[in-house]
Amino acid sequence: METLSLLGGGLADALTPMNLMWAVIGVLLGTFVGVLPGVGPAMAVALLLPVTYGLDVTSALIMFAGIYYGGMYGGSTTSILLNTPGESASVMTALEGNRMAKAGRAAQALATAAIGSFVAGTIGTLGVVFFAPPLAEFAVQIGAPSYFAIMLLAMVLVSAVLGASKLRGFVGLFIGLAIGLVGLDASTAQPRAMLGVNQLAEGIDIVVVAVGLFAVGEALWTAAHLRRRPLQVIPVGRPWMGRDDWRRSWRPWLRGTALGFPFGAVPAGGAETPTFLSYITERKLAGRHHAEGRESFGEGAIEGVAGPEAANNASAAGTLVPLLALGLPVTATSAVMLAAIQGYGITPGPTLMTDQPDLIWALLASLLIGNALLLVLNLPLAPVWAKLLRIPRPQLYAGILFFASLGAYAVRQQPFDVALLLVFGALGFAVRRFGIPVLPLILGVILGPLMEVRLREALDLSSGDLVGLVNEPIAIIVYAIIVLVVVVPLVWSRVAPRPATPLTEVPERDRQEVGS
Amino acid sequence: MIVVAYTPDVYGEAALAHAVTEAGLRRLGVVVVNATRGDAFVDERFASTERLAELDAALGEQGLTHEVRQPVGVEPSEAVIDVVKEVGGSLVVVGIRHRSPVGKVLMGSVAQRILLDAPCPVLAVKPSP
Repeated sequence: METLSLLGGGLADALTPMNLMWAVIGVLLGTFVGVLPGVGPAMAVALLLPVTYGLDVTSALIMFAGIYYGGMYGGSTTSILLNTPGESASVMTALEGNRMAKAGRAAQALATAAIGSFVAGTIGTLGVVFFAPPLAEFAVQIGAPSYFAIMLLAMVLVSAVLGASKLRGFVGLFIGLAIGLVGLDASTAQPRAMLGVNQLAEGIDIVVVAVGLFAVGEALWTAAHLRRRPLQVIPVGRPWMGRDDWRRSWRPWLRGTALGFPFGAVPAGGAETPTFLSYITERKLAGRHHAEGRESFGEGAIEGVAGPEAANNASAAGTLVPLLALGLPVTATSAVMLAAIQGYGITPGPTLMTDQPDLIWALLASLLIGNALLLVLNLPLAPVWAKLLRIPRPQLYAGILFFASLGAYAVRQQPFDVALLLVFGALGFAVRRFGIPVLPLILGVILGPLMEVRLREALDLSSGDLVGLVNEPIAIIVYAIIVLVVVVPLVWSRVAPRPATPLTEVPERDRQEVGS
Repeated sequence: MIVVAYTPDVYGEAALAHAVTEAGLRRLGVVVVNATRGDAFVDERFASTERLAELDAALGEQGLTHEVRQPVGVEPSEAVIDVVKEVGGSLVVVGIRHRSPVGKVLMGSVAQRILLDAPCPVLAVKPSP
């Protein structure tokens, strides 16, 4: 039980008043941004990146983890009360949740979402505690070629499997990879894609890219759609659940967790698939245990909120396994968190767990604490969160733009970076306009340079011979998986008749924040 | 025509009640205006479609010539005044509310703008205590 004693040490670290305060700030901020549609945890973390350079790395990560979990929770409030999912992972919650709210059971829907998130988040975090260290131990032994292959797999999965269009996914990925190339070559110091601008020599700071894409891009997009018909919010009191609701909720919570965690942990994470699967499962199983479940599905069944909401949080926890064990982010938020870790001069990757054990264990412990805090804070605060939706967009986005410019300038105190921020803001607007997913793009920017290092390493070892890329069994297996992932659906779509229209239509703008 | 600046709360209901009384006395029609700037996700002064349908039916039962409008993305006071000018309104009815000093600094007052800018007399009413 070495893991448990390490976790205990982490708890002791995380329970200092200062770290506890950052956890509280994180979960409050996370819920805040999660509640507001369009403002996601990825944006919040990006905006806070420069702020946290003044903090020590543990506090910063604790706060970010709080934002991540809080954002997942906050999205459910908006889904249930407004039928507008705050982030893509809450789309399924909205289906039954909003019907429950309309039927006057908003309090129970919010309660099952909150408690389900807590249960799933806690089990999921414990899952990270037990799975990440062995995976990291295994990952330390694999060489650069395999590592390169795994990163390639993550990119292909994220670009080709998630999202509606493979082409758009790859367009996003290549834009991101191109941005990652800018600057002096790390080993030969040759200028690359610098267009003769010397300020680009150090490469483009990830803060500028992330803030530009998420904050400025979203602000421009909102400005273009500023005035819209307001939505009817369903008034809600303090969330609570009756005996019967508990009886109907606990199985979906556990099933949702079991579905969500593995999906978060594989490099093609994202919470859309597990929440969808959980919804379908609950729908099928409804009525097996309780007669009322079968009847109420489609008009506000509590199972349909409990399951997807648990899956959503479990997958958020699951994404921490590849992030901590391999340095491989699979959601936009964890990609930006990885950038934060890099900002402290810490190399993310399999050695992270052995190099920075205090940091990792404090982070995992703070996730457990953050989860409990979310439950304690959010049950009584639900009516307050609903009020946030009345903030007029001009004021809200003015604040976001202020922090965005401040952040971009603070990185290097260079006016040039603010100009660059506007360029990436325009890019952020363009990708939203053309429906290009943001996740492959940001992953390309962050993983591209890391991947290049591994590629160079592998090729140096084999003196430039391409065979050096496939001389490890793991690499060969991973390449085989990539081929399967790309080729099989193509063949399948030729052979099998075209499937019917997607089961759920995600509104255009919600697709943008994939996995954030 | 009598124009009512309507909101789905006691103030709006008071304004509507007085407007209906006036309309009966003056033998005029009623135009109900419920406007929103539409710049927030939720505006609690924006009436639901069901509420407006109810209102429409209730006015119809009373045998009044009436119209219900719900402009989105406009300044509410301007929307009301535009409607007054358009339909040649002879009276605007608006509900007024107590406001905190801070509230006055942060937000403009729709009632005040209507009182100052309307091209016709304005009846300012309060809900009965």
